[in-house]
Amino acid sequence: MPTPPAADSMMIAETAPAPRPVRRWNREALHAYVFMMPAILGILLFTLGPVIASFFLSFTEYNILTPPKWIGLANYAEMFQEPLFWQAFRVSVIYSVVSVPLSLVLALGLAVLLNHKMRGIMFFRSVYYLPTVISGVGVAMLWRWLFNAEFGIINVLLSNIGIKGPAWLLDAKWALPALIFTSLWGIGGTTLIFLAGLQGIPQELYEAAEIDGADRWSQFRSVTLPLLSNVTFFNLVLGIIGALQVFTDAFVITQGGPNHATLFLAVYLYQHAFLYLNMGYASAIAWFMFLMVLVLTLLVFKSSPLWVFYENERREK
Amino acid sequence: MVKHNSAVRFWRTRRGQEQIITAVIFVILCLGGAVIMLPFFWMLSTALKPAEQVYLSPPVWVPIPPQVINFWTALTRVRFHVYALNTAIIVAFVMIGTLLSCSFSAYGFARLKAPGKDLIFMLVLGTLMLPGAVTLVPTYLMFNMIGWVNSFLPLIVPAFFGSAFNIFLLRQFYLALPVELEDAAKIDGASPYRIWWSIMLPLSQPVLATVAVFTFVGTYNDFFTPLIYLSDEDKYTIAVALSYFQGSPRIGPQMHLLMAAVTVSILPPLVLFLAAQRYFVRGIVMSGIKG
Repeated sequence: MPTPPAADSMMIAETAPAPRPVRRWNREALHAYVFMMPAILGILLFTLGPVIASFFLSFTEYNILTPPKWIGLANYAEMFQEPLFWQAFRVSVIYSVVSVPLSLVLALGLAVLLNHKMRGIMFFRSVYYLPTVISGVGVAMLWRWLFNAEFGIINVLLSNIGIKGPAWLLDAKWALPALIFTSLWGIGGTTLIFLAGLQGIPQELYEAAEIDGADRWSQFRSVTLPLLSNVTFFNLVLGIIGALQVFTDAFVITQGGPNHATLFLAVYLYQHAFLYLNMGYASAIAWFMFLMVLVLTLLVFKSSPLWVFYENERREK
Repeated sequence: MVKHNSAVRFWRTRRGQEQIITAVIFVILCLGGAVIMLPFFWMLSTALKPAEQVYLSPPVWVPIPPQVINFWTALTRVRFHVYALNTAIIVAFVMIGTLLSCSFSAYGFARLKAPGKDLIFMLVLGTLMLPGAVTLVPTYLMFNMIGWVNSFLPLIVPAFFGSAFNIFLLRQFYLALPVELEDAAKIDGASPYRIWWSIMLPLSQPVLATVAVFTFVGTYNDFFTPLIYLSDEDKYTIAVALSYFQGSPRIGPQMHLLMAAVTVSILPPLVLFLAAQRYFVRGIVMSGIKG
């Protein structure tokens, strides 16, 4: 925490004549650890411990009923030879590669619109945020009905404009696009984070750009986008982590089908852990997912100096 | 031609440009809003139909008269009150645990000095990046070993050990509070625990409310955790019970009853959102800007 120099020297002047006894400081540290204890225990019990345990379990064969048996890299070897695993990998990658950028672009565009000053804008903000609050199983079941091949409203509307809609969830080609569409319905959360970022951009920058003769599009490109890049970064990282873990929609809407067309990695993991009780193999899948998220997040972090713009850099320039 | 010219002239004036842009934005937002609301409309429309109107082509958009009895039939056919009570118990305990543990830890991170504090805080934030899949199997095995599977405990107890995002939100809030607030209490000899309980907690009510609404929605909508831990039907939450209330993907049997159940299931978060919108917005603003 940087403190202004004036405040710093004042503190020194006040405390210097009577040096604090060491015990007092120790007591404060002790209190601090007590306060932090729930968080520390939480990390040890529910994060660090399980992460290490799952690493070891991934080298074992374990079905809960008999003790774990060390089998070395056999789970990983089996995984990489298993066509279904590669199918799940493919589904998760396609879903992330399509839905994350698409939802970022749509959410940013929507945020710009929702940032416009006009009457009733608060109402629109609430409407677009609503699907984020109402998510989960109920909405997943609703989507099954909306995508119903014959009587679902989506195909009814399509047939009104002369298009014969596909069977969506029953069609191996269209089931994954349907789930991507579903995910776009819930971009309200990302949108509002962008909106908060937009409202943090100082208005003077736009005024200065306008005096320089910049039109709206170049204002957007040279003021909005760079100043929003750290928010974009935040949304991108969260988007990747979220997309690689999709479960509820795939599990409730399509059960991974048809013909494994929506077998996400998380669904594949669920099947092995809780249907076949292959805890070792499931841990290997989990670690693979973990490394995937780690590599992607690192790539985003490493690339960030190229495109993320921080306020202090602007000041330095 | 004349009309065209006047339109161009209107566009060239600054006010005219603003008005046209506002109109275009309004139309786009209305169309998008219709896309957002359409699923809810279709849900309600189906929920109010008699069985014979559900599978019709062309569809019945607004059933007349609406068959309100569907809600009653759907809720009494399953043991809805049991699921609702289970959900309420779990949500209540998770909220109490989250609010207490997160504000308690956040106070330590924000206001007290200790070696290694920053490192621990980075670790807490790091857990945000971790995919839940990695911890899933060992956590399940741990709860299984101590015999907690098929009880509410695996859903409730972790809430008492803090959660990274909420600790972060509350810490930011406590950091911004003036030090003088504590000084008076310290001179009176109050312990840090007393300061947390009787000064910090009351002051942080707005942030606590934000944490509370997000915790409510997150816990209520959670499907995965109750799905893997609860196996007796008596213990199901609304989310899990609802997932068993379905038929084949081709034509779910009695779609009107299913949609009635779905409508009821989304009511609690909907009502909360309408009643406490500003707390949702505050949470997003706080998370976004500091991100």
